[in-house]
Amino acid sequence: MAIIEVDGLVKRYGGHTAVDGVSFAVEPGEIFGILGPNGAGKTTTVECIEGLRRADGGSIRVCGIDAQSGDGELRQVLGAQLQESELPDKLRVGEAMELYSSFYRDPADWRELIETLHLTGKLNAPFRKLSGGQKQRLSIALALVGNPRVAVLDEVTTGLDPQARRDAWDLIERIRDRGVTILLVTHFMEEAERLCDRLAVIDAGRLVALDTPAGLVARVDGRQRVRFRPSAPLEHAVLTALPEVSSVERAGSQLVVTGTGNLLLAVTTALAREQIVAGDLRVEQTTLDDAFVALTGRRIDATNSAGSEEI
Amino acid sequence: MSALSRLTVTETRLFLREPIVVFFAVAFAPILLIVLGLIPSMREPVPELGGLRMIDIYLPIVVSMGIALFSLSGLSQLFASYREKGVLRRLRTTPVRPVVLIGAQLLMATIMSVLTMLVILAIGRLAFDVRLPGQLTAYLIAYLLVALAMFAIGLLVAALAPSSKSASAIGSLVFFPLIFFAGLWLPREAMSGTLRTISDLTPLGAGVQSLQDATAGQWPQPLHLAVLLAWTVVAGGLAARYFRWE
Repeated sequence: MAIIEVDGLVKRYGGHTAVDGVSFAVEPGEIFGILGPNGAGKTTTVECIEGLRRADGGSIRVCGIDAQSGDGELRQVLGAQLQESELPDKLRVGEAMELYSSFYRDPADWRELIETLHLTGKLNAPFRKLSGGQKQRLSIALALVGNPRVAVLDEVTTGLDPQARRDAWDLIERIRDRGVTILLVTHFMEEAERLCDRLAVIDAGRLVALDTPAGLVARVDGRQRVRFRPSAPLEHAVLTALPEVSSVERAGSQLVVTGTGNLLLAVTTALAREQIVAGDLRVEQTTLDDAFVALTGRRIDATNSAGSEEI
Repeated sequence: MSALSRLTVTETRLFLREPIVVFFAVAFAPILLIVLGLIPSMREPVPELGGLRMIDIYLPIVVSMGIALFSLSGLSQLFASYREKGVLRRLRTTPVRPVVLIGAQLLMATIMSVLTMLVILAIGRLAFDVRLPGQLTAYLIAYLLVALAMFAIGLLVAALAPSSKSASAIGSLVFFPLIFFAGLWLPREAMSGTLRTISDLTPLGAGVQSLQDATAGQWPQPLHLAVLLAWTVVAGGLAARYFRWE
């Protein structure tokens, strides 16, 4: 049975429909990703699941609890890590953990959590003295301190450096191994591909696809590209005549051959027949990035380059 | 520890870590009493006051000012800044209920301001020979009613203010008229009939008179107690009505 069921979720702000009929179900033990560009409605969707916002339509159940009913039981089973929320400047790490664990019926051992999150050395550090990565880790620890069955992590690695991001990924996998179902909001392709068992792709408030990362890629097409520098001039017809090849393009000194099936074997066999050597030969597979473009008509990071995310 | 006591302990610690807030909310009123008491004319009996000295009249004013400072400069800004920074939003995803959160703030505020009141009474008694409350139960009841009314007003300011900066501006705007009618510049004894009637209807005017009555050994007038209760109910109700998590 699904642990999170979202059915026909609608949320409007004034005349703008931020979430427009989104439905999905998350299975226990999954890392379920919600992927989409900024402003797609990802955060609004999870805030409705967390009970922070009232939906204008549809229903949401988490562990069988109606998330919109204001039932306090929801907050016992769901741990949330929010985008843009802070703790009081002078609250210390240990105090925050102690405080938050007092809110729950059956809290986790917060010292062990702090250990897992490599914050033990920061127990007495006030919140404002923590680095971005430490704040994020504390915020994950607080989301887990109530021993939740579901943890919602919203853009948890945004603003982290690449190493801290990889550490966070390891951590998220370890949390799942503890039996916690994870709902992960992200706009990083690499993160979605690496972590998520399944992905809901949301664009402009609508669910445009729901599949495994590999499934999404396969769904776009089975196309591959072979790229090489021919050792001698080559008639394109030699390649276009092959059933596997759909197109041949010249890119500088290189040829880019697009096609399906066993493209690489077909191309290299044909080249061998012509006694041409393929230099710098590379095979490119369709990525989740390509899948996203095909699904939404634009790149996920069209507005901001992957290296310099907004904090 | 329960959520309420853990929150109260945490909030008290955080409060004590802000020296400027502590100075205005807790230390300022006792210091003002000392400054006033050091003026010789304040310590001379005034025949029109039935032999009381100005310092005797000022002690309840200073006590009520302590509460007003705490609620309007401490409590309201604290809440507004928690909301601004998303602290409240984060708490909202936990099982802690708003009433527990507000309860902890009020408990902390009550403990701190009762301590301030005790310090003021002790300074008055030891340094300037101001008599202690004659009717202690009445004094404590009056004190708690003033504190509740003012805390409710502080929470209302926090609920209405869009940011912590505006909470502090609105807080000052509310503070000065209230403290005027408490008699800080013109004691109630010296107010004209109209001014005194207005003062009777303000939380601090009614509060100062109730504290003074209890000090003299009498029970406060029902009107003043009713005024204090009315402010608590109305301001508290509006604060709950307009309370926002974010």
